[in-house]
Amino acid sequence: MTIPAIHIEQVHKHFGALRALNGINLTINQGEFFGLLGPNGAGKSTLINILAGLLKPTQGKVSVMGHDVVNDYQAARLSLGVVPQELVFDPFFNVREMLRFQAGYFGRGRENDAWVDEVIENLGLTDKAHTNMRKLSGGMKRRALIAQALAHKPPVIVLDEPTAGVDVELRQMMWGFIKKLNADGHTIILTTHYLEEAETLCERVAMMKQGEIVALDTTANLLNKLAGKNLRLKLAAALPTTLLPLLKSGENGVYTLALTELNQVEYVMSELRKAKLNIEDMQLFEADLEDVFMSLVGGNAGGE
Amino acid sequence: MKQINRPLEQSWRGTYTLFKKEVLRFWRVAFQTVASPVLTALLYLLIFSHVLEAHVEVYKGVPYTAFLIPGLIMMSLLQNAFANSSSSLVQSKVMGNIIFILLTPLTYLQFFIAFLAAAIVRALMVGLSIYLVALWFVDLPLVHPLWIFAFAFLGGALLGTFGIIAGIWADKFDQMAAFQNFVIMPLTFLSGVFYSIHSLPPFWQTVSKFNPFFYMIDGFRYGFFGKGDISPWISISVVAAFLFGLAWLALKMLKSGYRLRG
Repeated sequence: MTIPAIHIEQVHKHFGALRALNGINLTINQGEFFGLLGPNGAGKSTLINILAGLLKPTQGKVSVMGHDVVNDYQAARLSLGVVPQELVFDPFFNVREMLRFQAGYFGRGRENDAWVDEVIENLGLTDKAHTNMRKLSGGMKRRALIAQALAHKPPVIVLDEPTAGVDVELRQMMWGFIKKLNADGHTIILTTHYLEEAETLCERVAMMKQGEIVALDTTANLLNKLAGKNLRLKLAAALPTTLLPLLKSGENGVYTLALTELNQVEYVMSELRKAKLNIEDMQLFEADLEDVFMSLVGGNAGGE
Repeated sequence: MKQINRPLEQSWRGTYTLFKKEVLRFWRVAFQTVASPVLTALLYLLIFSHVLEAHVEVYKGVPYTAFLIPGLIMMSLLQNAFANSSSSLVQSKVMGNIIFILLTPLTYLQFFIAFLAAAIVRALMVGLSIYLVALWFVDLPLVHPLWIFAFAFLGGALLGTFGIIAGIWADKFDQMAAFQNFVIMPLTFLSGVFYSIHSLPPFWQTVSKFNPFFYMIDGFRYGFFGKGDISPWISISVVAAFLFGLAWLALKMLKSGYRLRG
């Protein structure tokens, strides 16, 4: 059996009385594109910080490529590249210098420069390679931050909210490059605000709530099992009260109903007929990961 | 903790990279980190030597200006060693970019060595610059160059280590400034930079002997003139003892992840 990229076993993290993580178990295989989702305070960043060695678990074991993050931290960190959530930078150096330093900390020398140049090029930083980090725009700083995590060519890459505040063009360029890395065998772990990103990119997702994993499955299975269908109706008058339990959202005469089974359409139609309501428009569409997310973690959707 | 089997060269390349980055960090702003302390020391030199040259002779046959220079060199050297490691750490903690170092496989000992070595390099650079400029003003003997180097090196190491401790502890620039103004400055000014402690009343002589800065300055000055308030062997022992004590504390803090890792 191959060694998992990430293995998390019964991990607890307490900050005084606050239980940030409550017995997390999770295995991520090599080569996976994995999504970690959850509302603010769910414990995603705490988990990533434990993985990265920035926090110590109160209890439990975490390993990266088979190396324990506490007892064998050097090997674990050599295998891991982390893109932090905060837009941090060193104000004294330019992009290329920072990347070379970062690779150097991991023991990489001149032989790594070609890889650094490849990262710079793939993230669209070529024009800015000699620009001081302080003078970069927010989007460029974000690119540099991603580049720094990749500088030592780690097999496992963790991206903590990498697209927060990033424009569409960069997002596409970034995902193109990350997908290429994934295709080359790198394991990718992603936390994101944008659920449609997780839906299109991640093969598997874990949803966290209050320090626990509440769902862990392939994205396709989660959508099949939990999402159902959405029925959008444009009506001339208000929705009959009998249909209110199905109502997901509604404004300006457009109502979206969440259906767990397709034959509920028949029930909706009969209720509308009974109320003698005219349907001005109707659409039936698949629910998305956001619906799964909402049904599992409740109203407080969003990233950490 | 398990040490992995990595070629030694690869493992120490990380330390060298961090050291190089720390040296470049201060070198990029050399006006502020090297030229400015040299200028400050020269101003002290001009003012004090102008006022006191004709009135004070601390050691027989040694002009006051000559007596003053080693004190000023050591004072600047110590302050800059402290400033280098402490300000680099506090700044990267406040800015958040310390994370780039914390994510690496560098051991706590390698982290310590890199920061300390950079602090010593800046301290020696400042010290040497003041010495070279001061040669324009007065002839300075070099009776025991080895003592001079030993005290410069160990003094820089001691304050560099103290700077690492302060940098790990402080979360704000304000706390750092307090360290500098309420600990480092008084200890340097009251250590015999400008006078021999033999000129003090007995009580203050005793108080001075509890000040580690006194031993660094007196031992350093001994290297120039072959004269001091106490034996350089006692001074070097005191400095080494303080250095070991502080290095032990700094390494303990780094090993536990105090204020760096949760």
